[in-house]
Amino acid sequence: MPPKVVEAHNLTKIFNKKVKAVDNVNLEIEQGETFGLLGPNGAGKSTMINMLTTILKPSSGTAKVCGYDIIREAAEVRRSIGVVHQEYTADEDLTGLDNILLCAALYGIPSSTAKQRAWELLELVELKEAAKRKVETYSGGMRRRLELACGLISRPTLLFLDEPTLGLDVQTRVAVWNYIKRLKEEYGMTIFMTTHYLEEADAICDRVAIIDHGKILKIGSPNELKSGLGGDIIEISVNTDKLDLTTLIREIKGVKEVKKADALYRIKAERGEEVAPAVIEAMRSRGLTVSKLSMIKPTLDEVYLEYTGRSLRAEQASEEEMMALRRTLHKARG
Amino acid sequence: MDKVNTSPLHGIWALTNRDLKKWYKVPFIFLMSLIQPFIWLALFGKAMNITALFTGSAFNIPGLNIPKEVVNQIGKQIMLQTFGTQDYFSYLAVGMLTFISIFTAMFSGMSIVWDRRLGFLDKVLSTPVARGAIPMAKVISTVIRALAQAAIVLLLAALLGMDISHITPAGLLGSFLALLLLIVGFASLFVTLAIRSTSWEAQMAVMNLLNLPILFASNAMFPVNYMPTWLQTIAKINPISYAADICRQLLLASPGMSDLSFGFTYLAAFAATLSTLGIILSWRYLSK
Repeated sequence: MPPKVVEAHNLTKIFNKKVKAVDNVNLEIEQGETFGLLGPNGAGKSTMINMLTTILKPSSGTAKVCGYDIIREAAEVRRSIGVVHQEYTADEDLTGLDNILLCAALYGIPSSTAKQRAWELLELVELKEAAKRKVETYSGGMRRRLELACGLISRPTLLFLDEPTLGLDVQTRVAVWNYIKRLKEEYGMTIFMTTHYLEEADAICDRVAIIDHGKILKIGSPNELKSGLGGDIIEISVNTDKLDLTTLIREIKGVKEVKKADALYRIKAERGEEVAPAVIEAMRSRGLTVSKLSMIKPTLDEVYLEYTGRSLRAEQASEEEMMALRRTLHKARG
Repeated sequence: MDKVNTSPLHGIWALTNRDLKKWYKVPFIFLMSLIQPFIWLALFGKAMNITALFTGSAFNIPGLNIPKEVVNQIGKQIMLQTFGTQDYFSYLAVGMLTFISIFTAMFSGMSIVWDRRLGFLDKVLSTPVARGAIPMAKVISTVIRALAQAAIVLLLAALLGMDISHITPAGLLGSFLALLLLIVGFASLFVTLAIRSTSWEAQMAVMNLLNLPILFASNAMFPVNYMPTWLQTIAKINPISYAADICRQLLLASPGMSDLSFGFTYLAAFAATLSTLGIILSWRYLSK
């Protein structure tokens, strides 16, 4: 069994003696996984990351990161992780290269090694041309790529990504996902990320946990979570209203549930794309024609809404958080 | 496993270097930080021509035909006994050295507030850099910047006509040592005040509230002897007075308020106390 990179036991953080930001969280992440923490704003994602990266001390409970205790061996934890914060933390007045070298120095990496790694990373995130330009001239996507490169300069076993594509446009977001995948292929690190973009979790995570009010509500691979909702929904219309085909359809392999509504059959199936052709085939063998077919695959959105509820959230962000968010969004679009 | 530097002091230089780069690579900020003392020197220093009040044709008593040389001699003596030098501009120029020093030290607090707001501080906190290295690097970079700026102010003052006939290499070295101790103390104080704060407005308010009073309640611009007793008491506690006093003794050969060894001891104690306290408090706060 591969070693656990993160093991959290009853991890809890209480602010001001009453607000439970993280509430008895138990979590295990295996080496090589890309793990996503999904949840609405204020669900406890950032507090969770801050505790695991040793910025905040938990109120109770423990966690081990890369085999080290986050309270007693904080220095060792920090040495084995890389963190890419939600905010753009690169220094605007310095060049991209200077920023990476600064990160390297903070990890105590000797300067010859640092330079070699910096150029290697700049090449991977395609910032070689811009390396000697000041960061204030960078676009949002470039800044994000620079942050990724900084996070990887110490060759961490575990990389934390806090909302890696917040505020980016769709094209840039997809590009950033590709960079993350490419970096992971190259360095093989485990990734712990938070996001509230569901398609992002779907695109890059092996496993996701849905967190709300400080509690993990559901955990599993994106596919497991989606099929947990009952699978894909296929709707067909058949050109006969005399026969009831319900029993016939139910016998097809992979079909979980069939409901008839007039000439419309609503079929729930584990793997819709395999069941649909079988349904058409079964109709045709009886001389019937499927006149209309539609298939809905449940998205992570529905899973998410199923667990976190559909009610609107009253935003409870401090002025400081709002300012930070505004700055991040501003730079992302810059 | 890669070879990495794991000493508790690693990262101090990296952080110091970052602050210095931000300073010398952005000439605008560099220039701005020199404009204020320049204005004080060129406008205030030159306009407050106290020397001319007592010497030259400006001063005479009608009806008494006092010979001009006598008037001038009296004027010179008044200046010498009040300010320890014959012209007020030189007196003020040395005071400006302490002014630029504490002004720069105050901005060290500002920069840590920004580091926190922009997330840079959190980034550093998630790296293996020791917590204590963060305030230490701020103090060190502030000392380097403030001393460089003080050197430029001294050069400007010399160009504008400060009396440089008494300056010796040893005197310069001693003066900058006194300024260094002053800066270490004040930079530690302001870094400690700022490290918990996320609001630059509050930090700005503290700076605005403090910068002129601590300057006025010292001998930076006017000798302590002529102040009311209560103000004298404050001025004699104020470390700025000792730094300015040492610099005047060493650069202008003025008779001092206190002897050099007492001045240096006082400043060293000030710097040691505040830096130790500052680093311990910041360390504890950042390790939360």
